[in-house]
Amino acid sequence: MSMPYYVSPEQVMKDRADYARKGISRGRSLCGLVAADGILIVAENHSRTLHKVSEIYDRIGFAAVGRYNEFDQLRIAGVRAADMKGYNYSREDVEARSLANSYAQMLGQVFTHEMKPLEVEILVAEVGRVPDDDRLFHILYDGTVFDEEGTSVLGGDAETISSRLKASYEPGMDRSTALKAAVAALAGPDRTLAGKELEVAILERTTARRAFRRIENGELASLMN
Amino acid sequence: MSFANSTDRIDAESSFLAVLARQQREQFGESRLPLGQTSQGSTVSPMLTHATTIVALRYDDGVVMGGDRRATAGNVIAHRNMDKVFPADRHSGVSISGVAGLASEMVKLFQLELEHYEKVEGVALSLEGKATRLSNMIRGNLPMAMQSGMVVIPIFAGYDLRRDVGRIFNFDVTGGRYEEMEFHATGSGGTYARSLIKQRWHDGLHRDQAIEIALASLFEAADEDSATGGPDVVRGIYPTIATITVDGYTDVAESEIATLFEALLARRNAANATGGQS
Repeated sequence: MSMPYYVSPEQVMKDRADYARKGISRGRSLCGLVAADGILIVAENHSRTLHKVSEIYDRIGFAAVGRYNEFDQLRIAGVRAADMKGYNYSREDVEARSLANSYAQMLGQVFTHEMKPLEVEILVAEVGRVPDDDRLFHILYDGTVFDEEGTSVLGGDAETISSRLKASYEPGMDRSTALKAAVAALAGPDRTLAGKELEVAILERTTARRAFRRIENGELASLMN
Repeated sequence: MSFANSTDRIDAESSFLAVLARQQREQFGESRLPLGQTSQGSTVSPMLTHATTIVALRYDDGVVMGGDRRATAGNVIAHRNMDKVFPADRHSGVSISGVAGLASEMVKLFQLELEHYEKVEGVALSLEGKATRLSNMIRGNLPMAMQSGMVVIPIFAGYDLRRDVGRIFNFDVTGGRYEEMEFHATGSGGTYARSLIKQRWHDGLHRDQAIEIALASLFEAADEDSATGGPDVVRGIYPTIATITVDGYTDVAESEIATLFEALLARRNAANATGGQS
């Protein structure tokens, strides 16, 4: 009778984490940052139709890096949960914090109980009436949640990009300055990113209801100049 | 928790109603959607709140929608300032006549249905698609309409961005969907409103003309039908009017409506003073 191999739990978790990190680092990064008139989400994305950034609810946006099929499923689950909560209670009761908790539970559950962890990192952003009420929840493949302030960077190269972004970021930036800072941080010193390589959206602070709006084509070009 | 389970369901369901029905089946063992549920009641109660005259007409930039503000329960005026005209999404609107509670619920679900589709699919439904969706929701209410007379009849109108034209759809209780090329009015005062619009509608109306006709038709309906509310100058309550153009759904400001009504009343008074017909 052959004995099953013993693998320590530490090793199992480490292998899963390595696997997830490797998958995530293959893709391109994105960042979210709080500006004076809203939350800007800037992603490096060469596709115009397969979105990394999208709308969840009135004041909540979603962005993700990693495997497209996995985070798109999470996005739809989030839209459903938010719409259901808003219908059953009130639109005011839908908030990013509880959504981030649900995502953390889903990712944590899959990470510990399934063979393969989800190879995704998620950003759940909620814009408030004032910048102090803005929320950026960054959720990792294993369900770890970070409540970040001002900026949040997702993806394989997050640490480098984050330090570049933090160096140029200031609270209360206007959207054009914030966008330029984000694009420069994503690109790094050795290259430049053109508008067509970017996916940009904003959660507008002053919009009455659905705050999420994509910034594309002409508008994007004029903000980048 | 339904959220946590949804990872193992890979179907990209873009209908909010389908998701809601599934959640209710999981929770109660049956779907408890207000629309499509059968009722035990046999006669329509006079205490049910009803909502009444709604109109829509095309003009050169799109569509004008309007509705009075009265809701009745039997002989009682239940509400004086009820809204019957709602944005369905950015480029369409829905107005309601019939049992107020059910109609409001239908609007709420319809708005969610459109928004849910748009968010899940990343693109809004076509105007035809939206009208079809509403038609299916009305059909779902048919058992209730037949059994207990709880009828809900909306008008759906919007700006068709693919065809660059304003369009109006009316419905019957079976969910039948009929596109109107010029105008439509329904509800208990709908007949009176429709005959006024019929006399004055022509191709190429401007926004202000169309709004004026809509207001005059609602005034006429209120004059003949006790369940339709006229302008309430004492409380400052006027009909709801909205326009839908390529720029989207816009409510007409109450101050503008008030001014137009003053002008309308002044014309009537002048006509009365000279002994002529208005």
